Amino acid sequence: MKRTIFASLFLGIFFFLSSFTDHGGYHIGDTAADFRLKNVDGEMMSLEDIKDAKGYIIVFTCNHCPFSVMYEDRLIALHKKYAPMGYPVVAINPNSPEKQPADSYEAMQVRAKEKSFPFVYLFDDGQKVYPEYGATKTPHVFLLDKSRTVKYIGAIDDNARDAGSVEVKYLENAIDALEGGKSPDPATTKAIGCTIKA
Amino acid sequence: MVSLRLFLFLCFCVFVGSALSAQQWTMDDVKVYDDFDDLETSFDLSGDSIHLINFWATWCKPCVEELPFFEEARELLSDEKIKFTLVSLDFKKQIESKMLPFLNEHKIGSEVVVLTDGKSNVWIDKVDPSWSGAIPITMIKKGDKHLFYEVEFYSTEELLEKIKPLL
Repeated sequence: MKRTIFASLFLGIFFFLSSFTDHGGYHIGDTAADFRLKNVDGEMMSLEDIKDAKGYIIVFTCNHCPFSVMYEDRLIALHKKYAPMGYPVVAINPNSPEKQPADSYEAMQVRAKEKSFPFVYLFDDGQKVYPEYGATKTPHVFLLDKSRTVKYIGAIDDNARDAGSVEVKYLENAIDALEGGKSPDPATTKAIGCTIKA
Repeated sequence: MVSLRLFLFLCFCVFVGSALSAQQWTMDDVKVYDDFDDLETSFDLSGDSIHLINFWATWCKPCVEELPFFEEARELLSDEKIKFTLVSLDFKKQIESKMLPFLNEHKIGSEVVVLTDGKSNVWIDKVDPSWSGAIPITMIKKGDKHLFYEVEFYSTEELLEKIKPLL
């Protein structure tokens, strides 16, 4: 009887304390798992398929969210600048088309074509990858190094609404830090975004 | 002849009366904050008043879906010392074209302000350090009490459950 009470108390305290942790997912320094997701060109792809990568710019993003849309041109520019250096943008749509029809696979293909996305745009079918990463909104960036160690998490820059008023390019600074053998600082930032439609 | 005129006049009065009783939102009714710090100073009410602050936007589906619960709660608690403020993250150039028509269509009666401060990395943590940046969120403040909910409410009852302990 005493043992049961003690065990229940212990479990109770454990769950109580664990409710204070953050959203789960990766922290800086964790090794991110690879995945196998369908790209808008119909091919399945994994990070290991990318040749000569020095890092990966994973971005959870989608069609419908105005904040994602505001960053599309900046993501295109980032890919054009950094992919030749070995840091490609890997865009992943984490949303469920049942909850948000504008984020269906077909709609992704349309958008990718409209904007001529130079980067891959993957469909998180079954929505298994985004919770592993701990993405909480779109857009949400996870910069990985060559060994898939998470080096930077958060915003692309410090002004979603106005590219012209950006003062701090968090993601670019983080990539430049990796290139220089340093750790990104800040390693985590926050931005407004849309909830993930699970 | 006279009774027709009288009838038309009465119709006109009723029409005007009903138009006046429903608030028609205009740009003058909405305060726009370009700087979060200015918005923050408006948060804390004096004494034993409760301030409920919800962050939303017309482009945010779950935000729009829970607004009726806030409106209903506000009406149910109209005799209490509680103020409801809806902080919109709508874009400046869409306030007039999109947000005001939305407020009119949905007959929103709470105070509505717009936050256009683009430096969200700075002010997200000021709202609450545990906030990821996704909306909707709801804050309930009373004196030095600060409750923060990064959740979507699915009923007025759920919302009232959070407010009642502070009343």
